Amino acid sequence: MDQPIRVLIAKPGLDGHDRGAKVVAAALRDAGMEVIYGGLHQTPEVIVEMAVQEDADAVGLSVLSGAHMHLFPRVVELLKEAGAEHVLVTGGGIIAPEDMEELSGLGVGRLFGPGATLKELEEYIREEVGRRRTAARS
Amino acid sequence: MSTTDAGRSTSLDRWKESYEKAGERDAAFETVSSVPVSPLVTPADVAGTDADTDIGLPGQFPYTRGPYPTMYRTRLWTMRQFAGFGTATDTNQRYKFLLEKGQDGLSVAFDLPTLMGYDSDHPRSMGEVGRCGVAISSLKDMETLFDGIKLSDVTTSMTINSPAAIVWAMYLVTAQKQGCSLDQLGGTTQNDILKEYIAQKEYIFPPEPSMRLVVDTMEFAANHVPRWHAISVSGYHIREAGSTAVQELAFTLADGFAYVEAALERGMDIDSFAPRLSFFFNSHIDFFEEIAKFRAARRIYARRMRDKYGAKNPRSMHCRFHTQTAGCSLTAQQPLNNIVRTGWQALAGVLGGTQSLHTNSMDETLALPTEQAVKVALRTQQLIAHESGVANTIDPLAGSYFVEDLTNKMEAGANEIFDRIDEMGGVIAGIDKAWFQREIGKAAYKYQRELEAGRQIIVGVNKYVETDEADHELEILKIGSEVEAGQNAAVAKLRAERSAAKVEAALERIRTDANASVNMMPAFMEGAEAYCTLGEMVDVLREAFGTYRETAVF
Amino acid sequence: MTTVAGADLVAGTRAGEELACARLMSLAERGDPAYAKYHEQFFSDLGTARRVGITGPPGAGKSTLVEALTLHWRSQDHTLGIVAVDPTSPFSGGALLGDRVRMSRLALDKGVFIRSMATRGVFGGLARATDDVVDVLDLFGRDTILVETVGVGQSEVDIARSADLTVVVLHPGGGDTIQAMKAGLMEVADVYLVNKADMPGLDRLVQQLTDILDIREMPLELRPPILTSTATSGEGIVELAATLDRLHAERAANGVLKQRRQENLERRVRRLVDGTLRHDIWTTVGLADSLSRSVRDDELHSAHALAAKILETYRQRRHTESE
Repeated sequence: MDQPIRVLIAKPGLDGHDRGAKVVAAALRDAGMEVIYGGLHQTPEVIVEMAVQEDADAVGLSVLSGAHMHLFPRVVELLKEAGAEHVLVTGGGIIAPEDMEELSGLGVGRLFGPGATLKELEEYIREEVGRRRTAARS
Repeated sequence: MSTTDAGRSTSLDRWKESYEKAGERDAAFETVSSVPVSPLVTPADVAGTDADTDIGLPGQFPYTRGPYPTMYRTRLWTMRQFAGFGTATDTNQRYKFLLEKGQDGLSVAFDLPTLMGYDSDHPRSMGEVGRCGVAISSLKDMETLFDGIKLSDVTTSMTINSPAAIVWAMYLVTAQKQGCSLDQLGGTTQNDILKEYIAQKEYIFPPEPSMRLVVDTMEFAANHVPRWHAISVSGYHIREAGSTAVQELAFTLADGFAYVEAALERGMDIDSFAPRLSFFFNSHIDFFEEIAKFRAARRIYARRMRDKYGAKNPRSMHCRFHTQTAGCSLTAQQPLNNIVRTGWQALAGVLGGTQSLHTNSMDETLALPTEQAVKVALRTQQLIAHESGVANTIDPLAGSYFVEDLTNKMEAGANEIFDRIDEMGGVIAGIDKAWFQREIGKAAYKYQRELEAGRQIIVGVNKYVETDEADHELEILKIGSEVEAGQNAAVAKLRAERSAAKVEAALERIRTDANASVNMMPAFMEGAEAYCTLGEMVDVLREAFGTYRETAVF
Repeated sequence: MTTVAGADLVAGTRAGEELACARLMSLAERGDPAYAKYHEQFFSDLGTARRVGITGPPGAGKSTLVEALTLHWRSQDHTLGIVAVDPTSPFSGGALLGDRVRMSRLALDKGVFIRSMATRGVFGGLARATDDVVDVLDLFGRDTILVETVGVGQSEVDIARSADLTVVVLHPGGGDTIQAMKAGLMEVADVYLVNKADMPGLDRLVQQLTDILDIREMPLELRPPILTSTATSGEGIVELAATLDRLHAERAANGVLKQRRQENLERRVRRLVDGTLRHDIWTTVGLADSLSRSVRDDELHSAHALAAKILETYRQRRHTESE
């Protein structure tokens, strides 16, 4: 059996609005993934620790506070330091398109703003994790 | 409507026939809360509704038509745009802009570090300073925020919860330093901690000490700041978290009653504090569902306050509320459409009899609003007030079969939920069991599923989608990183320049009072005067009260 | 995963590298055949870790309890591994693993390694996977490994049994004793812990437990202790830890631990063999498909006849292959 996709869903920083994070967590479970719910008010350090211990394929972060330009790159940086660059960093929130572009250049995966569907997110994670797993094997 | 003899078809029967023959277009015919909507409501559906005891007159029990007899004929609702970003100086400028453009009340949005009781220079504040509201780390920032604005001349609403008592203390001291006396000050502190556990999750301390702080503010207001609304019991956030309309209504009123009970338990007389309780509702996308919700809120509240809690003063029975149009209904796709959405949501608030109103800006799915966008939002209210004609008469939808039927159904639905909450042992018991959170999470997930299945339609998102989003070229508000750097420097400077002895003494008093059965407001005001930072004062409370951890549920 | 990379993971785990440990666990969890090979090489380094099972019906506060116990043992400088098992949805095959979020006070402590596992369906071999994941934590060098499961199914009961010591956690007002008995939990307990002791109904539940032990006519000295706690406040945790420490020490000294581990090893080998055989039969070319077709071919069939046919085919195939 191919290993199920393991996704850590968490909210970094001080923002507590978790409607999106919870809806995404439930949807990914319904799509057959193993979702580790990392909770609210987490620091990037804790999020990376969770991702490492859980051997997560992907980390989904939800940020509505405007602090995304600090939080996303910090998680990417810490994952790299931990030797876990293969982990996909994705997520969503209130993030302007030009910021999404800039974050993409910093190693963050695709981000999903308001209006994105759960289906798009699920498909993206599946495809991208699959791609990374294949690359790791070769 | 013709009556029937057995065997002869009524006009309603004939209508039903025509309806079946014509057939329905392909749509779900549900509200955004997934409540099925009838194609036609007739007098028969509201036959049990009494024109006097259920509908009544404005300013008369049960206040379905409005808390005041003359409503907008005497005074329009307050146009109060929630605003705040960057430094106190930045926000002070925005306030002056809005006042100049005709806004008549101030509303403060604080940044997340402030909301969570951290100073701008705290490690956890990194990246968050000034981003979704104004950074207030001390009295100095509060003084700058209202520089050139005499606090006895305006009313100010402050959206602050966990550290509300402390921030309010800073506001009060600022006003005193401007030469105002406390009894001249009018405004509101949101200060609704219960909904934090339920929906917004900006909590610091556990429920018990948090409730104590809330009652402290209610008591202090009743005795010293009589024009102040100590709480704005909020449904807005509950709705934004994904609840249905009736859940928003019931959970909010239940929270309100929980505060009433807490104050009564402290020995306060209901008529001493209830006249200054206020509420805060969402105005969401289904026009009539929202209007019915507002009218039902007033009726339910009046009945319970009088009959269950024994209120005698009519003003204790008024469900006065502020309304904000629904942020979660706005789209990042084709943002100009948001102006229209906000328009009819604002209209629903007005037709629902709101006392004050905030209209969202079209660009808020992308960032905090630009000056241009917030101006349009304000103009939306002014257009409704002066051009639409709806404010010329009071509660114009009263007597509408459809609206009265919906209002009745809202009330019935809310009463069922109240029973459920009672069975569980009350609001705090429900929070401990994570019942509210689970209900909201279920509703949110259900809604998203229905949206993606096409059962709920959002223009620009799952219908009339533009792949080439040319009108997406909006300029949005950017908060530069110099805000954080500036704040850090300012806070460091403050710490260096103030009297360490005064700070020490003030913090010690807060510590002592926290562990005693005294009202903490005087201690907080002393702390503010000594230029203790917000974080310093909150840290003392964190030690004394502990911090809250939620039980995450799905 | 290539053999070289796998060997790196073993070396890394021994050396205390978190990511290597986590990836080795994933290998182990999915039953990768390479893992079995490594296990044969490193098994002799195992057995130093003490394994404690924490199980019980939902709502008993197990995660909070695990956190409290962990904090206590950490204060005594023990290192810990925690495996938190949650059910996989039978409909979607996915899972929402929400235990570690309730242990947030353990974050950023290098002395605590937390791993969430999903039950992954009947044929996933939950007990097999958990044993292997726990072995990895043992190799990683943890003093004590706590395995938290919701005690509702046979698999979860099996897991509880494979620990050195098992705590069955109940709480007042949950109707738990009946559920627990049905699941077979009562037999596996080395300690009964009634958590949420501040709730009404405590005395009644404790009495119920005592009565059950009376009915089973267990001699007093063999009876599992009945303890109480309020994990959220920390009450009763010191006593629980002390009891577990004492029981473990006693059993290590008097041979009971050795015997238990032997029994567990036997059970575990049987599970592995059963699992492999099961897998073998059904993946033997065509057997699963031919069964599926037979039952749907509009004729009446005897279950015994079909089973006999399959076994016969399987035995013949094995016979031909071995020639």
